[in-house]
Amino acid sequence: MPIQSAELTLEQEAQPAAIGERQDPLVRMQEDLRRAMKKPIDQRRWVMVIDLRKCVGCSACTIGCVVENKLPPGVVYRPVLEEEIGTYPNVTRRFIPRPCMQCDDPPCVPVCPVNATYKRPDGIVAINYDDCIGCRYCLVACPYSARLFDAGRQYLDGTTPAIPALLGRDKAMVYEKLPAYEYGHAWERHEGESPIGNARKCQFCSHRLEAGMLPMCATTCIGRATYFGDSNDPEALVSDLIASPNVMRLKEEMGTQPKVYYLA
Amino acid sequence: MKIFERALWVVAIVGFIAGGYGMYDRIVNGHVNAAYGSYVPWGLWVGAYIYLVGVSAGAFLISALVYAFGVKKLEGIGKLALFTAVVALGISMFSIWLDLGHPERALRMITNTNFTSMMGWMIWLYSLYFVLLITELWFAMRADFVVWSERKDFAGTLARILTFGRNDPSPAAAARDRSILRVLGTLGVPLAIAFHGGVGSLFGVVGARPYWNSGLTPIMFLLGALLSGGALLTFITYVFGPNRGSAEHKQTVLFLGKIVFGLLLLDAMLEWSEYSIALYTSIPAEAASMQLVLFGPFAWVFWGVHVGLGVVVPLVLLTWQNKSPLWAGVAGLLIAVTFMSVRLNIVIPGLAVPELHGLKEAFSGPGLGFDYFPTLTEWLLQIWIVSLGVLVFLTGYHLLPIVTAHLEARRG
Ligand code: SF4
Ligand code: SF4
Repeated sequence: MPIQSAELTLEQEAQPAAIGERQDPLVRMQEDLRRAMKKPIDQRRWVMVIDLRKCVGCSACTIGCVVENKLPPGVVYRPVLEEEIGTYPNVTRRFIPRPCMQCDDPPCVPVCPVNATYKRPDGIVAINYDDCIGCRYCLVACPYSARLFDAGRQYLDGTTPAIPALLGRDKAMVYEKLPAYEYGHAWERHEGESPIGNARKCQFCSHRLEAGMLPMCATTCIGRATYFGDSNDPEALVSDLIASPNVMRLKEEMGTQPKVYYLA
Repeated sequence: MKIFERALWVVAIVGFIAGGYGMYDRIVNGHVNAAYGSYVPWGLWVGAYIYLVGVSAGAFLISALVYAFGVKKLEGIGKLALFTAVVALGISMFSIWLDLGHPERALRMITNTNFTSMMGWMIWLYSLYFVLLITELWFAMRADFVVWSERKDFAGTLARILTFGRNDPSPAAAARDRSILRVLGTLGVPLAIAFHGGVGSLFGVVGARPYWNSGLTPIMFLLGALLSGGALLTFITYVFGPNRGSAEHKQTVLFLGKIVFGLLLLDAMLEWSEYSIALYTSIPAEAASMQLVLFGPFAWVFWGVHVGLGVVVPLVLLTWQNKSPLWAGVAGLLIAVTFMSVRLNIVIPGLAVPELHGLKEAFSGPGLGFDYFPTLTEWLLQIWIVSLGVLVFLTGYHLLPIVTAHLEARRG
């Protein structure tokens, strides 16, 4: 069962930490999330905060996302950008995970010729897969390359069909056919049908939020470098974090008002 | 001239057959075998689309010289220009239609239009332009349809049908056609400017791509349209124009050659202005694309194909051979064909520069590269579409009174 119900998650939840005791940020964010989901949708303002000092570049978020959204080859919502600084032997590396910024002034929205991409009341920039004609104008217009084209590829393209059971191809095929649950709908991969042929992007795992779960990347981040929550809630962890003086956002000069913040 | 026509038939038939594989692959495998993807989302087909749509706008604006502005010297080629514009528009739409991820949803652009999108505007302007073109072409040919109705062959039957019962051969009816044509031609001018300037704006408004994001972009698109459309028409007029070999035919071709010569110089000037300013400033985002064009792995496309074959050689031909319609025609063909490289050099370098540092290395997979080169499927499909266009043109040329005099002369 891919989507857990909110109730289930509530029961599993840990008790609030006692004063002085360290609390895993995931636990706190889980509580923040539960509070936010009780509010009307237009009062939530989802933000993500990524602490670059904690990111070790393991790409667990990238892969978690690929698996969660059953992304095909060539589609990746949250690559971790790598930069090498200095020359050998004095080299350090910097890692910047890059989800969709869920811009408050998103350049990808006004360019869509058929209104298939839009901003939801909670600020998530969504794509209506059944409306998208796959013109890719939005891919071109996004300053962060956060949109991807699903050309309809499969991981097993070009692999040998001989004795499929023996080679594990059949089992692997099962994975390829699993539906993605984006936007709360089970999208199965059939030739020529959405999401094949569409623009795709990170949507802060809106289907997981509905089920009371944090976005997959926040959950799988081994360094606890990815934070998520409702910045309209002063009690939320993210509200504290984005108030710190060392926050920055990518390409702010573009006027896109990203809602992904980086701590540097 | 005959030899050019025969060569065109051969090239188009071969292209149509060989290119068929591209069409087959596109239908069966969708976008899997194409090189464009997530980081370079647009490729050859988009380049071909803006090229062909430019040719259409250019040819139309030349026809407007006849119908809206009454330029006598070009009177004989008005219909030829309009027909060229129709065919080019048709195949440009075909190219972009197959580029869509969901071609079956194309009509949503009309039913669900978002007017904050230049692409949303585009579809409406195209539709209007298409209707106008067809209507104008019909009025331009109506009188000829009436004349051809007498013929006993297939073209005669076709002409009879296409008169739609309006077979008044009187000079009064012809005068009425002419005034309708003047109105349509005049309305068409702002429409053609709006839609092709609009195609330029579609690129110009994209703030994320500094290489395109300039007020000069729509102007460059328009001038390029006039140049490529005018050049192609010079060649077409040389090969297919009325009364080939006559002094009048020669004058028409040479006159078109002069127009093209002027446009070529103008275009070169705009190009210089665009490149020199961006390179002088050297702000990385914009200069990076230009450096790719001028010194990247495909620099030969710019220097060899565009500057060499598309600018220098034609300039030489049009200067030193300015009394020869043959060389004017050849210069026109050279400019028209090589202009495709200019369009590709707009689309691809704007996308082939990573928007963020480290994106290139971050994750690999098909469609996640920045070194775009069209695949065989992309080439073949495009060749198929263009060949189809040439075949439609050649067939139309023989079955419709596009160049009234040539069949008349042949019969006589
Ligand atoms: S990051 Fe790109 S895709 Fe995401 S909202 Fe902003 S412009 Fe749109
Ligand atoms: S690819 Fe889809 S979502 Fe993007 S602009 Fe085109 S129709 Fe809209």
